[in-house]
Amino acid sequence: MAVLKRCPIPPLLPLVIILSFLLAGCISDDPMSTFSRDGSAASLELDLFALIWWLMVAVFVVLEGVLLYVVLRYRKRPGQEDVLPVQTHGNTKLEIAWTIAPALVLVALMFPTIQGLGILSEKHGGDAINVKVIGHQWWWEFQYPDYGTNPQGQPLVVTANEMHIPAGKKVNLALESADVIHSFWVPRLAGKTDLIPNHHNTMWIDAKNPGEYYGQCAEFCGTEHGMMKLRVIADTQGEFEAWVSAQKSPQPAATGVAAQGATLFLTKGCIACHTIAGNPAAQGKIGPNLTHVGSRTTVVAGFFENNTENLTKWIQNPDSLKSGNIMGRDAPVYKVPELAMTDEDVKMLVAYMQSLK
Amino acid sequence: MATVTGTMGGVLPRPSIHTTGFWSWVTTVDHKRIGVLYGVTAFTFFLIGGIEALAVRAQLARPEQGMLQPALYNQLFTMHALTMIFLSVMPLGVAFFNIVVPLQIGARDVAFPRLNALSYWLFLFGGILLNAGWLFGGSPDVGWFAYSNLTGTDYSMGAGMNYYVTGLQVLGVASVAGALNFIVTIVNMRAPGMSMMRLPVFTWMTLIVSILLVTAMPVISIALIELTFDRLFGTNFFNPALGGDPILWQHLFWVFGHPEVYILILPAMGIVSEVLPTFARKPLFGYAFVIYSGIVIGFMGWGVWAHHMFITGLGPVANAVFALSTMLIAIPTAVKIFNWIGTLWGGQIEMKTPVYFSIGFVAVFIVGGLSGVSHAATPSDFQQSDTYYIVAHLHYVLFGGAIFGLFSGIYYWFPKVTGRMMGETLGKWHFWLMFIGMNLTFGPMHWLGLNGMPRRIYTYPSGMGWDFWNLVATISSYLIAISMLIFLHNVFRSLRKGPRAGNDPWNARTLEWSIPSPPPVYNFAEIPVVLARDAYWEQKYGSGHENGQAHAATSEHVSEGQYGAAADERHDIHMPWPSYWPLITAFGLFVVFAGLLVNVVFAALGVLILFYGVYGWALEPVAE
Repeated sequence: MAVLKRCPIPPLLPLVIILSFLLAGCISDDPMSTFSRDGSAASLELDLFALIWWLMVAVFVVLEGVLLYVVLRYRKRPGQEDVLPVQTHGNTKLEIAWTIAPALVLVALMFPTIQGLGILSEKHGGDAINVKVIGHQWWWEFQYPDYGTNPQGQPLVVTANEMHIPAGKKVNLALESADVIHSFWVPRLAGKTDLIPNHHNTMWIDAKNPGEYYGQCAEFCGTEHGMMKLRVIADTQGEFEAWVSAQKSPQPAATGVAAQGATLFLTKGCIACHTIAGNPAAQGKIGPNLTHVGSRTTVVAGFFENNTENLTKWIQNPDSLKSGNIMGRDAPVYKVPELAMTDEDVKMLVAYMQSLK
Repeated sequence: MATVTGTMGGVLPRPSIHTTGFWSWVTTVDHKRIGVLYGVTAFTFFLIGGIEALAVRAQLARPEQGMLQPALYNQLFTMHALTMIFLSVMPLGVAFFNIVVPLQIGARDVAFPRLNALSYWLFLFGGILLNAGWLFGGSPDVGWFAYSNLTGTDYSMGAGMNYYVTGLQVLGVASVAGALNFIVTIVNMRAPGMSMMRLPVFTWMTLIVSILLVTAMPVISIALIELTFDRLFGTNFFNPALGGDPILWQHLFWVFGHPEVYILILPAMGIVSEVLPTFARKPLFGYAFVIYSGIVIGFMGWGVWAHHMFITGLGPVANAVFALSTMLIAIPTAVKIFNWIGTLWGGQIEMKTPVYFSIGFVAVFIVGGLSGVSHAATPSDFQQSDTYYIVAHLHYVLFGGAIFGLFSGIYYWFPKVTGRMMGETLGKWHFWLMFIGMNLTFGPMHWLGLNGMPRRIYTYPSGMGWDFWNLVATISSYLIAISMLIFLHNVFRSLRKGPRAGNDPWNARTLEWSIPSPPPVYNFAEIPVVLARDAYWEQKYGSGHENGQAHAATSEHVSEGQYGAAADERHDIHMPWPSYWPLITAFGLFVVFAGLLVNVVFAALGVLILFYGVYGWALEPVAE
């Protein structure tokens, strides 16, 4: 305790921690880092944050420094028992000054704030592309209205959890929700905006360079909120066009083991929730569109790699990967004993999924 | 058991003023005892909320842990927030209002002692109802903000949300009743000479908080009524499938929710404004500025709610307006910090435990205030909203701020309430462990948020750069837990072995220190006449040129218990007798709301009990 008595002031712990974040921040290249300049919006937001950050670091150092000085300098010392300190009641000039000073700093910060808000709420025309983002518990649906529709008026290009965009182009996002409030966030590209039922929010993103950008639902949306991830895959213009034309083509009839899987897809009731273009029976809209699921890099809302092992686990027992998921809760195949799948059935279904390139 | 000294037609007898033991606590209307009940109950909930937080931290210690299933995890973080906000920090503030305010203004009790008891019992029952889900059908699991339409019966099928809407409703009634009581008390029951600008700062903050409570609580009450009707009776206020608007809830919730933030922090600011001058042996620097900035914070707190909704697509104009108002509310907060530092400047700071916590408050609150500026700027907030950066910010404000302030108050007024000093060495261990633990738990969360970790996720994959700091935060959260054990040990030890405090162990400034510790039931044998701000200090050190009423120059000349003199012999002071009716009335309201969840017959029974309680209350004789 002797140490404590000699050291009455808070050591500069917060300062050390914050400065160490700062140093770490300069080098953070993590998948969800907000320190990235990969997107124009993220870059703008980072500039504003950095401005505020350095201002606040300065204020922090001054205030904590003065506090530290005061606590060290004005501790009660032996011999002071009978003397009172000067009984200052205040200093109006000083107090007015330190009211106005922060006001000036804070009002100055409004200029970049309002400017940024203007830029971030722009709508882009010209060669910008449009994507409709629909939030579901707990996965993402991406519709591309620019590339034609089927006779029912549905866009031909519909995918889930992985959004392809052309690098270098602005992408207007129309944000909607099929159930509760979600929030679309890909930190390396842009800050977030909510998807709200009965509201039509918009935002725009762009990726300066091709690459894979991680995202995640940011607004608490129920049990599996933590597993509602997504990827934005920025392709070169050529790759993107190739991807669009591949997505537009319906699936040819499956062959071999996959064909047996296709039959099971019908008889086990999967079609009630999932769409597979080219399979006229599969028109469900509740779960993700699986037309080209075999070409995706992840399964289960961006959390797991798309491989045989994970697909098998997911189809066999969805709760083993994501305990609150709706397929495991509602799909008859997991409830009705007569519909239960054998290991062989699961293999066939996995083969069918993997054939849907 | 109560001494029955008489009966009244058809209703319970009034318990005697000589009641002792258990029943004296159940029937008490003494503001000091009610304050202790508030404090002990709130601290118990604080420990429960802390355990919930430790469980959450344990789950997040490593990536992809399966210790807690998401269904349970979501209940834990929701209940952690609800418990800390509504059942710990708010009622701990109210505990201090009860114990301190009547003593500071030279009153014998609050304006409505039985109403005060009713507030406590409603708080207790509301807390029980809110926690009932742990035993019966699951707790709320949608966050304390409970955004609709996730709270509708389509998505929250279990009972959890029902406990939320009914529990918070009961707690709201408790808060409004208590707040009205304190407004009337502070306005009407000040001792002669105590003008508003002589009012101690803590009492001023109590007044501001009470006004905020009376005005903010009805907003959430209406939202809760609408949600209750949606859930129980099939209305569609928030159901988008039938044209309702989920954003309506967010506006109502945050119009309440932001003033609520100031309801949580202003009592702590009041405590710090009492402790710093006492231990620096100087008056508060810029008393008027501190009071005015408190008023301005309370007023402006109504104009910033949509900064919680920047990402809901309000549009650039609304976002800019709320960014500006949020920037501006930082000014009075900054002024307070400057004035506290000004108070210490030039003082003779006596480094006792209460002042450690108050200085800790200032040191940590600066961080919370500064990080707040970065999400007042809307584009910057688009990245930070709903991330761990916000979790860090709010804990620097509410844990580093409110909780440090409240602990400062506990160490400061414990001698007044119990008559015994708390252990200094243990107190400093408590402080340092809590201070270090707090900074290492919540400090790294700034970084986690900026590195992209969203809030309210029950697990995360490895490889996101979140592993290390999550582990640090978890380990450090257990440091805080250890500091709480030290505090509890200190409390129990001091209750038995603490040195006697005397009237004025800190050489303090306000009237509560002029009477014995613990104070007699009637507080002041003679109602004091107040001649200056810092009334007791003036008596001890009176400058000699104020009102020509100079007193002796040193404290030694003021005899202990000036106002408590001959305390034991005084029987002519009329004090209100204890009463059963607050408890019965509160129980009635509890049965109404709990009954709604079971069967409407029970609710009807609750209405009967409620009417019985109000009837007996109204007809209760002054004394038997």
